[in-house]
Amino acid sequence: MRLVVRTAEILGAERLIPITGAHVDSCLYHGEATVDFAERLIDGGAQVTVPTTLNVGGIDLLHPELWRGDPVAAGRGRLLMDHYRMLGCKPTYTCAPYQLADGRPSFGEQVAWAESNAIVFCNSVVGARTERYGDFTDIACAITGRVPDAGLHRTDARRAVLVLRLGPDVPAALMRDDSLYPVLGIVLGRRAGSRVAAIDGLPPGLSEDRLKALGAAAASSGAVAMFHAVGSTPEAPTLDAALQGRDAEEVVDIGMAELRAARDDLTTADGGADPGTPIGIVSLGTPHASLAELRAVERELAGARPAPGVELLVSTARTLLEDAEEDGLAGRLRSLGVELLVDTCSYIAPILRPSPLPAMTDSGKWAYYAPGNIGVQVVFGSLRECVRSAVEGRVWRDADVWGAA
Amino acid sequence: MKGRVLADGAAAGLALVLDEPLSFWGGVDPGSGAITDARHPQLGTSVKGRVLVMRAVRGSSSSSSVLAETVRAGCAPAAVLLGEPDLILAVGAAAAEELYGIRVPVLNLSPAELDSIADGAAVSVSEGGEVTLL
Repeated sequence: MRLVVRTAEILGAERLIPITGAHVDSCLYHGEATVDFAERLIDGGAQVTVPTTLNVGGIDLLHPELWRGDPVAAGRGRLLMDHYRMLGCKPTYTCAPYQLADGRPSFGEQVAWAESNAIVFCNSVVGARTERYGDFTDIACAITGRVPDAGLHRTDARRAVLVLRLGPDVPAALMRDDSLYPVLGIVLGRRAGSRVAAIDGLPPGLSEDRLKALGAAAASSGAVAMFHAVGSTPEAPTLDAALQGRDAEEVVDIGMAELRAARDDLTTADGGADPGTPIGIVSLGTPHASLAELRAVERELAGARPAPGVELLVSTARTLLEDAEEDGLAGRLRSLGVELLVDTCSYIAPILRPSPLPAMTDSGKWAYYAPGNIGVQVVFGSLRECVRSAVEGRVWRDADVWGAA
Repeated sequence: MKGRVLADGAAAGLALVLDEPLSFWGGVDPGSGAITDARHPQLGTSVKGRVLVMRAVRGSSSSSSVLAETVRAGCAPAAVLLGEPDLILAVGAAAAEELYGIRVPVLNLSPAELDSIADGAAVSVSEGGEVTLL
């Protein structure tokens, strides 16, 4: 409770309000401090008082053989995941709880979520309300069932103050391509920082997978906790609705030069943007892949297998994997040589085969963090480009929707 | 200068003025304090014992844990001075104080005040949020 009150003071709240659920990120091991904190809670007899989902942990509990690192560290990662289960949290172990039938709040519900991509998705796409909670606060709110009445829990703070207007030079073909969305997310994070922005000029009715990719990237390059995509997200049927009828503080035009620069920044491997560059790894599913994305991997493989020596790995939620197992999809993907990872992610755990060659990803977030976390060079591309590159063993580029600079 | 206290405490050290915002998770090795974010212009610099000056915040909600772990490992910054009130770092400091009794003050100052702090300047922070350039 002390932590919740401290949070309320920082946010300038006058009172606490009840929540209907929580998503807790504290179960990922970052050293003994994280275990010490959980044990302090367990020793105090704490239990969550609202339905609470868990974020990814340090290891894949269902496929522990995929762990390539220090077994002691694996043990500590597992211990922390167990500790949070003992505190009453559901062992969902996914960074995308909004993809679970029983992990997704309804529009307007007050919740306490951690995990930067989940926070953005919750506010922006689901329309449930959370502040940008971090480790420790998330479980404190889940135990007390209360959050400060402040920030994005309140309607006025959900108003867009910044408008990003897509310029006339952004081609319609690019707007139909998956690769735009993580790149636009990187631009959004840089432009918005922690402000709520509305993006105007995108096609209406964008898929949740595209909004997920956009938000995850924005929360990596900035501290974005909410955005509006006019015509797609529930609090932005119109630009005026996103602005709550007021004027924007700032309007910025986003053109191809800025988008191309952001796309190029996502690739760190020398020459990696060019077709033909050899790759050793393809990592998809950051945030955790939806069933639609798992099906897209199968579709793009079209019966082919990754080239010899190339690892093609997709991370997803254990619950979605169960669905994919029932459907036969998981078996078909495995028989083509696809590795399926659950409960964790390939950039936080030693999972990938060591390779001197770069890793390719369709995720702005993975591209952002993997070089620092696991020391790989990264090539960014769409899901289609990633899967076909895995098959060819070298970078394959789609018909050029990005145009020449 | 008087900052808004997000986490209280007293500290002194040399300023490390970050050129770009830094996510502690994915950006700092808690076992050494070194900046590991491959995209950060100050890659390789250590935050340990420094008065960290960061105008904007970004990134992961796991940064609370990573800040707390730097405290446990003895590699924490001496203090964190922010241009925005950031809950995630403030809570990392609060949790570390609960667990280990070690305080890392986290303060929110105005951009103009942060601009007056040069990289490498000796800075002291006293309880209640007073910031003095030595």
